[in-house]
Amino acid sequence: MAEIRYIKAVNQALADAMEADPTVFLIGEDIGAAGGSFKATRDLLEKFGPERVYDSPISEAAITGMAVGAALTGMRPVVEIMFMDFTTLSMDMLVNQAAKARSMFGGQGSVPMVLRTPHGGGLNAGPQHSQCLEAWFAHVPGLRVVCPSNPADAYGLLRAAIDDPDPVIVVENKALYAMKGDLPDDREPIEIGKGRIVRPGRDATVVSYGAAVAMAETAAETMAEEGIEVEVIDLRSIQPWDEDLVLESLTRTHNLVVAHEAVEAFGVGAEIVARMADIGFDQLDGPILRVGAPFAPSPFGKTLEDAYRPDASRIVAALRRTLA
Amino acid sequence: MKLEDRAKLHRQMLVIRRAEERLQKLFSDGHVPGFLHLSIGQEAVPVGVSQALTERDTVSSNHRGHGHTLAKGVDLKGFFAEILGKATGLCKGRGGSMHVADLSKGMLGANGIVGAGLPITTGSALALKMQGQGHVAVVYFGDGALAEGVLHECLNLAALWKLPILFVCENNGWSEFSPTERQLATSLDKLAKAFGIQYSAVDGNVVAEVAAASTRLVKAMRKTPAPAILECSTTRVRGHFEGDRQDYRDGDEIASLSERDPIRLSASAMAKAGGTPEMLAEIADAVDAEIEAATQAALEAPLPSSADILADVYTKVAG
Ligand SMILES: Cc1ncc(C[n+]2csc(CCOP(=O)(O)OP(=O)(O)O)c2C)c(N)n1
Ligand SMILES: [Mg+2]
Repeated sequence: MAEIRYIKAVNQALADAMEADPTVFLIGEDIGAAGGSFKATRDLLEKFGPERVYDSPISEAAITGMAVGAALTGMRPVVEIMFMDFTTLSMDMLVNQAAKARSMFGGQGSVPMVLRTPHGGGLNAGPQHSQCLEAWFAHVPGLRVVCPSNPADAYGLLRAAIDDPDPVIVVENKALYAMKGDLPDDREPIEIGKGRIVRPGRDATVVSYGAAVAMAETAAETMAEEGIEVEVIDLRSIQPWDEDLVLESLTRTHNLVVAHEAVEAFGVGAEIVARMADIGFDQLDGPILRVGAPFAPSPFGKTLEDAYRPDASRIVAALRRTLA
Repeated sequence: MKLEDRAKLHRQMLVIRRAEERLQKLFSDGHVPGFLHLSIGQEAVPVGVSQALTERDTVSSNHRGHGHTLAKGVDLKGFFAEILGKATGLCKGRGGSMHVADLSKGMLGANGIVGAGLPITTGSALALKMQGQGHVAVVYFGDGALAEGVLHECLNLAALWKLPILFVCENNGWSEFSPTERQLATSLDKLAKAFGIQYSAVDGNVVAEVAAASTRLVKAMRKTPAPAILECSTTRVRGHFEGDRQDYRDGDEIASLSERDPIRLSASAMAKAGGTPEMLAEIADAVDAEIEAATQAALEAPLPSSADILADVYTKVAG
């Protein structure tokens, strides 16, 4: 067990995957000589050379599409899109091409590509560098979406994504890049589609992912002081999400809150709430509540952004409401 | 070009022509679901290009892709069944005319999004270069795609990274219902110059011209990877899609296209090279029989089962 930062875990996963499989290669803006805008690819150019680590021009649509074409030609490309906001420029290639190639070609092949990109606020990066757009991708059949909340998951989910035969969007969180945590020595991939109970509890369940997991844990601690035991689930994977785990937890706690950093309206939480209102209806003792960002672009200034981002106190408030 | 080589190309063009004429009929009889964009009048381009390619070279195509697909050597029966949406189709009836693909033949797919084949093929060219076997990638696109932003990204990347990709522009003068001159402030030769990419222009209706240029360009990039552009002036005879009455187009212009018909031009070139009417008739009969067999098989084939709606969305079921 070694202590490692989130960003270094990403770097380690890329290095290990490239070591293990010569068809894995990296493409992205400033990922080579500069080691990436957030240093996720530091030293990889030196280690693997310019034929495996491509410093690309500022051409998000083309590099994403090139990953599709390279994947259809026997390679396993990993694209870095510097900020999740810039995936808007990759949309045709992800939504119309990568996601559909396997199905519309009748299962002839697959598109084993990965797109890594950081979402999330907390850096005063403003409305075009802070968005959490994962729900868009989770809405598209053919794509998988994962969102690690800690260094070990950043490693394991990225390894699983690179191994996966289908296109996977790996949503990292830039506010977590400096987070420290333990990386197990065996460095195994983490199965896509399986969530994890971070903290067990019997009175209510908070489902979360990404940066909201730590907020949910803090909220659970606050509630514990009052004798209320909150179970915290880290989804890890958004598409597919671990419906069985959430339902099983709800069956024990009978109260549910879904928390994420993304805008609340039409988000991942909406899907989870709708599903549980269907298959878990008989288990519910209170309304299922969502905690997310308000319906406004992510503001840049400190006071506004602090007010905008969900935090533990809002999760606590939601828990009190559902338990009331 | 030797007579037997001319005959081979002629035959391939005729396969595409007869296949599309048959599809046209099947469409009007209600057997073809969805949109049908025919490439009648443009057959010389893919046939001329493909004779320079092997199965390991990759191509990708656009919405008007029947010729590109057939010229790459995909199975005619699977092709017909796909366009009729049958379970026996190349894509199990899930793609249709705008999404025919045969990965085993290096055909990476037609495409319903104008310009989308460009980055896919650029990436395929990067993969082929990394694999180092001397294979090349070819992307077919229309003049309409010249206005898409992604073209500029791809020309830049292909030139910058010296990728073995042949950009084949089929310039038929039309994008849907609008003439090119109302769409584009520049021209492809100028773009080629701007990016420092080798540019050649040919009469896209003369198969021998397309073939000679393709052979030369592909041979060079197999040896030393680098992109090239081949602009083929050609003729869209039918409407943008079947059902388009083309009333935005001058009737005389359409009528005059028969003089430039690539199959007529190929037949007369064969005659000049010593080909006999019997030889041409023999080719035509053989092609007709092949098309008829593929048509009948497709008509008789089963439709996909609704139980398969979720099949192949993912390679393996996760979670
Ligand atoms: C991104 C996108 N925009 C618009 C369309 C609608 N559309 C389909 S074909 C076409 C014209 C394309 O013209 P061109 O590339 O010259 O090909 P041609 O039809 O002449 O073969 C248009 C506008 C589309 N399919 N995709
Ligand atoms: Mg055109």
